[in-house]
Amino acid sequence: MKIAIASGKGGTGKTTVSLNLALSLSDVQLFDCDVEEPNCNLFLGFDLEKVEDVVCPVPVINQEKCSICRQCSDFCRYNALAALPDRVLFFPSLCHGCGGCAVLCSEKAIQESQRSLGVIEKAKGESSPEFYRGLLNIGETMTSSVIKTLKKYIDDRKTAILDAPPGTACPVIASIGDVDYCVLVTESTPFGFHDLRLAVDVVRSLKVPFGVIINRWGLGDSRVEEYCKAEGIPILLKIPNDLKIAELYSRGIPFVREMPEWNEKFLGMFEAIKLQLADTEEART
Amino acid sequence: MVIKETGGVKRMNICVTASGEGLDSKVDPRFGRCSYFVIYDPETRRVESVSNAAAFASGGTGIKAAEIIANAGVDVLLTGTVGPNAFSIFSELGINVQVGVKGTVQEAIRQYEAGELQSLQSPNSTPGFGMRKGNGMGKGMKGGGVGRGIDRDN
Ligand code: SF4
Ligand code: SF4
Repeated sequence: MKIAIASGKGGTGKTTVSLNLALSLSDVQLFDCDVEEPNCNLFLGFDLEKVEDVVCPVPVINQEKCSICRQCSDFCRYNALAALPDRVLFFPSLCHGCGGCAVLCSEKAIQESQRSLGVIEKAKGESSPEFYRGLLNIGETMTSSVIKTLKKYIDDRKTAILDAPPGTACPVIASIGDVDYCVLVTESTPFGFHDLRLAVDVVRSLKVPFGVIINRWGLGDSRVEEYCKAEGIPILLKIPNDLKIAELYSRGIPFVREMPEWNEKFLGMFEAIKLQLADTEEART
Repeated sequence: MVIKETGGVKRMNICVTASGEGLDSKVDPRFGRCSYFVIYDPETRRVESVSNAAAFASGGTGIKAAEIIANAGVDVLLTGTVGPNAFSIFSELGINVQVGVKGTVQEAIRQYEAGELQSLQSPNSTPGFGMRKGNGMGKGMKGGGVGRGIDRDN
């Protein structure tokens, strides 16, 4: 089963939830899909090793063969090619590696080479949770490609926890697009509430079953709870605005490690998710 | 840098980024996102308005717009802001970019002829979405383009 942990904005405790849930379960994989700023391992401290380079094809133009027919530049919908009066210029940072230009060039002036987008890393040896992360190269924009490559390492026989990037843009869709369940982490503050509603729109449009965790519960007001009730969204867990939790966080320790009672709570949440999924399955059949 | 016209020997196409067609339309300082390129030949006094097909592209707007300019045989571009991708194309082709235009296209051309505009030496705007942190330099160039002759054989 694949469970994504997401939130409409950063800093709501998404990574905390991913880590604590993964540490509470057994036979589990944890994926840090926030490839622009992966920080799960700050809390896990695993030794990592590279398992794969993520690359994308890029065109190389042989100006000698090019007749400046302009076909490639007209075709490229990312505008990575400019056909100037005397040559074709290529802008690698805009290229999405679709390979189309090389195929259509009738002069065979375009060859394919490879550009590195980032790497996939894994915790060395046997670790619990089994941990993978993607790392996007600085200056690179093809975030979703790295996330898709990262997700190839999901083992269907295990429970996979995916720590999604914050926000509601493409990388988030790439992360939660085909999961079985999505946990939205929010805070009961005006901003938290606003971002939660954006996130709810996204998961609803993707038709992914979901529930909400309220982090730093007790802070702010009750609007998230009222909203969830009105919308029929299950509240899976409330993590109180607790001094000890905050202190463990600041020391880089996932709180289930020091507060075993939370182990039970995350396990209970996992069971509740399974029940909710069984119910929706039933409702469908 | 103002290029003097020497007795009609050299053709000089001046292009102004504008919000409409013709010499009386208002200038639009956004190079990639302007609606029209108004191209003026001081010698023949011919005016041509080319609509900017790139204005609504989601990424690489500047590149497409610069491609249009380059292929229209423009030598001098009068505008407001130019991003790094478009700028690299202009310097590659030796297109003289002048910024600080105000008013109508006609007035912009007068400002240029009076030497009131500034020649752009580096990009003065960040690219739009579609390119966040890239360095914006095109590859596949042959030799340095800046300062090359502005005559072209097509
Ligand atoms: S399609 Fe091929 S020949 Fe035509 S402009 Fe592009 S590279 Fe040159
Ligand atoms: S590979 Fe695709 S995106 Fe890249 S330049 Fe060619 S057509 Fe454009």
